[in-house]
Amino acid sequence: MGPQHPSTHGVLRLMVKLDGETVTACDPDVGYLHRCFEKLAEGKTYPQVIPFTDRTDYIGPMLNELCFVEATEKLFGEAITVPERAQYIRVLVSEINRIGSHLLALGSMAMDIGAVTPFLYCWRDKEKIYSLLERVTGTRMLYNYLRVGGVRNDLPEGIIGDPSDGEDKADKTFWGFINYFESYVYPQWVALVTDNRIFQWRTQGVGCLSSADAIAYGASGPVLRGSGVKWDLRKNLPNSIYDRFEFDIPVGKENGDCFDRWLVRQEEMMQSARIVKQALKWLAENPGEIQGKVPRILKPPKGEVYHRIEGARGEIACYVVSDGSPNPYKVKWRSPCFTNLQLMPKLCPGHKIADVVAILGSIDIVLGEVDR
Amino acid sequence: MVAWWDSLSEITRVWILAFGKGTLLLVWGLLNFAIAMMLERKVSAWFQNRVGPWRSGLHGWIQAIPDLMKLWIKEYILPRNVDKPLYVIAPFIGFTMSILVWLIIPIGPNATSTNLDIGIIFIAAITGYDVIMIFMAGWGSNNKYSLLGAMRGAAQMISYEVTLVMSIIGVVMMAGSLRLSDIVEAQAARGPLGWYLFPQIIGFGVYLIASLAELNRAPFDLAEAESELVSGYHTEYTGMRWAAFMLNEYIHLVAWSSLAATLFLGGWVGPTHVDLAAMLGNVVNLFGLYPNGAGNTLLDWAANAQPHWFWLWLWGFFWFSFKTYLFVFLAMWIRWTLPRVRIDQLMDLGWKFLLPVSLGNIFLTGVLRFLAVEYNGVPLNLGFATIRLLGLWTN
Repeated sequence: MGPQHPSTHGVLRLMVKLDGETVTACDPDVGYLHRCFEKLAEGKTYPQVIPFTDRTDYIGPMLNELCFVEATEKLFGEAITVPERAQYIRVLVSEINRIGSHLLALGSMAMDIGAVTPFLYCWRDKEKIYSLLERVTGTRMLYNYLRVGGVRNDLPEGIIGDPSDGEDKADKTFWGFINYFESYVYPQWVALVTDNRIFQWRTQGVGCLSSADAIAYGASGPVLRGSGVKWDLRKNLPNSIYDRFEFDIPVGKENGDCFDRWLVRQEEMMQSARIVKQALKWLAENPGEIQGKVPRILKPPKGEVYHRIEGARGEIACYVVSDGSPNPYKVKWRSPCFTNLQLMPKLCPGHKIADVVAILGSIDIVLGEVDR
Repeated sequence: MVAWWDSLSEITRVWILAFGKGTLLLVWGLLNFAIAMMLERKVSAWFQNRVGPWRSGLHGWIQAIPDLMKLWIKEYILPRNVDKPLYVIAPFIGFTMSILVWLIIPIGPNATSTNLDIGIIFIAAITGYDVIMIFMAGWGSNNKYSLLGAMRGAAQMISYEVTLVMSIIGVVMMAGSLRLSDIVEAQAARGPLGWYLFPQIIGFGVYLIASLAELNRAPFDLAEAESELVSGYHTEYTGMRWAAFMLNEYIHLVAWSSLAATLFLGGWVGPTHVDLAAMLGNVVNLFGLYPNGAGNTLLDWAANAQPHWFWLWLWGFFWFSFKTYLFVFLAMWIRWTLPRVRIDQLMDLGWKFLLPVSLGNIFLTGVLRFLAVEYNGVPLNLGFATIRLLGLWTN
């Protein structure tokens, strides 16, 4: 299957060995989208690397930026402090981005299983997220918004909105979107897809992954939590100011299947909405600085740092080595999709060919991030 | 005119009739294709918060014509190593067979192309050709996706054909005839509540599911499962050959819907002009407040009126089309709502659930029909006969 195939979400080649309809072996062949991100980063200054991180996982770019920006700040140590308001804005845009990313994951998985309409509903709502973030950052998809020491600009006036904002303001204010999401979008997904008998037939008992295997394969994110491991870096190793927010970690059952991973994503969107609401309340009351004091040319002291955060698809991490010059000596990007994709040979054998796309959809890969 | 017609020899008349009917059927098929395809695109757009085609004609409703013109001028790609005769013939077999279904369907009073007295058997026979079409296309294309799609399609259609015929047998038993016009008239005699939809509710449900599977439509569109097999058996086709597959799909959809309307919803039977006059008269008489009002005059007039046969035909045709497109819309509604089932689940559903249910339906119909005929010849009515059955036991 692939590299050109309707359900490989990009350019992925799956070498599938079949016995009739049953899959006996499956081997993903990656690398069609390799863009030398890590090597390119060595020739750029630190701020210039940020737009490149956007382009790895282009469905949830804010989280990538957050990872690299925080790694750089870690290199500086005490020299850079990020103002509190900037931290809250970072959390806000990251969580909004996570909702959008999970929406697309659900939509494309539903489409792989054969339901086309939910995918269009996913875009209807993702469009609203794009409009909101466009007002904040000026771009719709690849934001380049976070800066070392803060964010580029403060939230525009009126975008936070009022907790009473309804569906009509869903693409104008954050409160409008969150209310619209909780009262309309989420119940619609549950009613249209999750409670659908055919959808449950197709996903339950398909692509089972035990928690021991999930840990052994280095899976992370919803794939790991879908197998019943309660591991979320936002709770277990809080970056930014995630320790100040109240939220739960949804987990699936031991030996989780595609349906568990689906449920985890669905519930995580609601938890993200909870975080966003708390951040919005704080942001409405506390104006202030959004950019800490940073040198004009960023020259981190010699050293190396490994920083990891919870991305939409799992654990995003970067390893940055600084030799004291304006350019990073080495950047290594740990992409969750690449690691999760390794599960394909483990999960697919024994299932039907129709299940391969369901499993692929439940792993939720972005090829831009797999190949970097 | 009549004299001229009589002066022709027998064989000439047969040929003229055959060509005339053939042309009419072709035009009818293409017309229905255009309507159904546009409806599909518009309905899917309505379901998905889109507007759909908008440019050609009023709100894009004649998009089918430019589409066909585009396909007409496309290159016919012949991939390497295809089995050429199979590859070229396959789409047109399906197209022909889908047109042939229309041969026996009564689209109005006395308006059947060929009123076969073995109508149902004829339908069962020609649906078998669809399997051949899919398998020829899939095998001939020399492509892995096509072959997988063909294998799925063949397995699926053969199993669901059994179920489909079994679900219709209940109707045949009640009407006592395989001729479709007889089935319609048997329903017409007993009013809307006597339509076989109600006594044959089980058979109707089985028919709906099985015909969706037989048509290869979602949630049973495994043979062309887009996200798994690219396009299934017609992956390698281009231009008018591909268009022939689409024609086949939509003409078949309308044909099966019209069959559902004919078998279960009374076909072209609608309220007669007397019914309408009674309804209107009731309103004019303010629902009985003025029992001797103008409404009674209307009723008298309607009871004595003898409409021209053309108007009766048009009225029947309207109801036939209305019921048919009701089912077409239902099929589209289902398609744009549900995910696709897997091949093993499809087979389980067909063999382990639908087939036993339809066999049970035949048995039940037989028992009730026996009782109805045995005892005073009461018309078969599920509720009534059940009461009789219970009465037997208490006696």
